[in-house]
Amino acid sequence: MNRALDLFLTFVKIGLFTFGGGYAMISVIENHCVERKKWITHDEMMNLTVIAESTPGPIAINCATFVGYRIAGFRGAFFSTLGVVIPSFLIILCISAFLDHFLDIVIVANAFQGIKVAVGILIVDAAVNMMKKMSRKPLSIIIMLGSFTATLLITIFSWTFSTISMMLIAAAVSLLYYTIKEHGKKESRGK
Amino acid sequence: MIYLNLFLAFLKVGCFAFGGAYGAIPLIRDVVLSYGWLNEEKLTYMIAVSESTPGPIMVNLATYVGSTQAGILGAAVATLGVVLPSFCIILLIMVMLKRALNNRYFQAVLEGLKPCVIGIILATGLQLILNNCLPVTEKSFIDLQAMAITIFLLMVAIMYKKKTGRRITPISLIMISAVAGMIVYGIAVPFAA
Repeated sequence: MNRALDLFLTFVKIGLFTFGGGYAMISVIENHCVERKKWITHDEMMNLTVIAESTPGPIAINCATFVGYRIAGFRGAFFSTLGVVIPSFLIILCISAFLDHFLDIVIVANAFQGIKVAVGILIVDAAVNMMKKMSRKPLSIIIMLGSFTATLLITIFSWTFSTISMMLIAAAVSLLYYTIKEHGKKESRGK
Repeated sequence: MIYLNLFLAFLKVGCFAFGGAYGAIPLIRDVVLSYGWLNEEKLTYMIAVSESTPGPIMVNLATYVGSTQAGILGAAVATLGVVLPSFCIILLIMVMLKRALNNRYFQAVLEGLKPCVIGIILATGLQLILNNCLPVTEKSFIDLQAMAITIFLLMVAIMYKKKTGRRITPISLIMISAVAGMIVYGIAVPFAA
């Protein structure tokens, strides 16, 4: 079968059957691309996970682009990415057409009142889980507490300060810290 | 120019969303609230819908916001915006910058970004819970039903973890919360009346 088509169909399947976003998708991608199709090796899959975590954007897109490019170059990357996006795109398009009418039904509106609570808990749970895996370096902990407090204060006082600016500051502080530390090491070695 | 705004807004989200979908939620919140595309309540509903439908959560949210603002073309440009940065970055890494990831300075930047994102996500989640339980409206500022559901869901999540050793999947928690919402708010209506 045509490789690009094979990639496209495989990633349509992955996009259609993975719920819960990125991290759930990694295991499904491993199952399809490493075990069944043998497109990439286990080691490459490990690399891919690291790359996906250190680059921005949806993890599924990172993986699809990586695998697609490895198998069939730019064309492969394009069709894999298209494949993984298409199912969600179509499904959400349908939902958005009738969500508002759907919410007019009392029992559905009540259900969504409950769901609202679950979303808050899920977000906190995700953060706590990430915190467990976070490095325990003092700088990391300071930055985490800083961004946590800042985000709360920004909302409470309705300040205008974007999340992106906060991230840029954190990146700059960390870069500065490591550069100075590195420089200090070189100095002491020089003596 | 709504199409351009949608594209650029979601391009920004795609460029800065570290740590998967949860890292993107605060960014998307910033964007949709500042443009007035969705209110807090609608956004929360859509996060739940995105979790319960297949596919990448960021793509789901981009498609929804785009389609409500500017139809199918809006959905397409918003989705393109959120996908394009990771697509290009991965291609770049594979074609020429394989070693860029091991670069010390890049690692230093990541060391700063990761904890920052975690702090933001934690604050966003807690805010959402507080807003649910203590909403500021004309009628009251405390929502007992939401509090009851919060406590119930926390108990369910903790019990599940204790029994099975695994975290409960988002979709199961959402299903349970929907039923809890139907019951708790359904019963409360006749009482209030």
